[in-house]
Amino acid sequence: MRKTEAVYNRKLVKGNEAIALGAIAAGCRFYAGYPITPQNEIPEFMAGRMPAVGGTFIQAESEIAAISMVMGAAATGARAMTSSSSPGISLKQEAISYMAGSEIPCVVVNVCRSGPGLGGISASQGDYFQATRGGGHGDYRTFVLAPHSVQESYDLTMLAFDIADRYRTPVLVLSDAVLGQMKEPVYLRGYKGREIRKPWALTGAKGRKARYLKSLYLNEGELTARNWKLFRKYRRMEKEIRYEMYLTEDAEAIVVAFGCAARILKTSIQMARTKGMRVGMFRPISLFPFPSQALAAISNRVNRFLVCELNTGQMVEDVRLAVKPGATVESCLCPGYIPTPNELFREIKKRYLASNP
Amino acid sequence: MYFDVIISGFGGQGILFMGNLLAHAAMLEGKNVTYMPAYGPEMRGGAANCTVVVADEEIGSPVIYHPHTAIVMNRPSLYKFGPRLLRGGLLVVNSSLVDPAEVIYKGINLLFVPANDLAREAGDDRLGNMAALGALITKTGVVRLQSLTDALSEVIQKKYRDLLPVNIKCLEKGATYVKNLKSQI
Repeated sequence: MRKTEAVYNRKLVKGNEAIALGAIAAGCRFYAGYPITPQNEIPEFMAGRMPAVGGTFIQAESEIAAISMVMGAAATGARAMTSSSSPGISLKQEAISYMAGSEIPCVVVNVCRSGPGLGGISASQGDYFQATRGGGHGDYRTFVLAPHSVQESYDLTMLAFDIADRYRTPVLVLSDAVLGQMKEPVYLRGYKGREIRKPWALTGAKGRKARYLKSLYLNEGELTARNWKLFRKYRRMEKEIRYEMYLTEDAEAIVVAFGCAARILKTSIQMARTKGMRVGMFRPISLFPFPSQALAAISNRVNRFLVCELNTGQMVEDVRLAVKPGATVESCLCPGYIPTPNELFREIKKRYLASNP
Repeated sequence: MYFDVIISGFGGQGILFMGNLLAHAAMLEGKNVTYMPAYGPEMRGGAANCTVVVADEEIGSPVIYHPHTAIVMNRPSLYKFGPRLLRGGLLVVNSSLVDPAEVIYKGINLLFVPANDLAREAGDDRLGNMAALGALITKTGVVRLQSLTDALSEVIQKKYRDLLPVNIKCLEKGATYVKNLKSQI
């Protein structure tokens, strides 16, 4: 760490606050939301800060109203965001589908809690499928970014706005209760991206041709063309794929994890390393598009994978699709509770020793 | 350098504030640090705890089950976290509220600090948390006392500004208590 940076704009904040700070820094000037644990620090922060930067904060009457307001603001070209936690994100899916279909960019933050239903307030990764498979109705996807630290919560939220505008798509930031509630020092390095022109925005048609943002296509062939267009866009988004390789160079076995599970696993892997086990981790940062090629490349030389996630097995399907035939993919699953580093270390050890007797 | 601690007590003892303050002081010293408040239904039922990890290297898990260090500010916390402490770890016990005779764990180091009594002597018996924290950092050297007092003036809410001097006094009281113990040995 450079000494100058140690004191430079370093703040001790919760992951949730880092998300709000990132959004404001990236020029988000419209936020609407509805309270739910464990993401309440985001609207709380926005309520305090938005008026000071000339933006709009609205505590809506419901989650559905909030995302609909975001759709309206984003359609005029504003950088707009909403946040919620799992049950609230379910409610927002209809509007997210409309925005994907109409190609309206926005940022949606899911500070994931456990489900189904009201579930519980502790951390979970049970929304992986919902996040990566579109979530609402229709043949669409959203770009998904999954931070694993408070710094990434700040950095990836800024990136989310850039990707949203660049591809005219809703971008989901998938956080969780651990990342949202924990505090870490974060470097507030500020926004380095650039807001782009939006020649499609609805700004009032006086003196120019009318513009339309719509998802209804009834004429023959139109909808098919539309769906292929979206499909091609999702392929182009593969340029934005992000992942981290942690101690993978000499690894004989790879753990695959994202979000808070990856964070806890870093300690478990350090424990395994001190016992001489050559274990590394592959951490997808973009969950859709999934870093399949990078994972396939690793599976050329490593053939044992352990997927660890806080659900009953969701990302493991993407890992199985990505790795080369012949690789074994096992899973270690923790639905509805937060595992300890020791517990995950024991899981790693058990499997490692079974293959290296 | 690596240090972790679970701080536990009941709501109102300033447990989360202790963790926040320690984390802030570590940040001021340029270290990596994570602070994780106890997060669950118990939050609303009276018990409070938090976990702080301080390290020079990148920090992995902010969640720790077997800590190197624990501060137990009341009796239920002793029974919850005492058995989880790593062998050779340090257990700081608030002996104003916990009878030392109840502390029966083997293979760990014990530090009894009459936190509430020290705080009362310093002028405010609500500030046992500060006395315990002063004792912890003096025993372990995880951060300097000066960093804690610097952090305090940044962390403390404006409406409690007038309590800053007595908070600092309580931190110092806890620190002095441990120094005197050392000189006895």
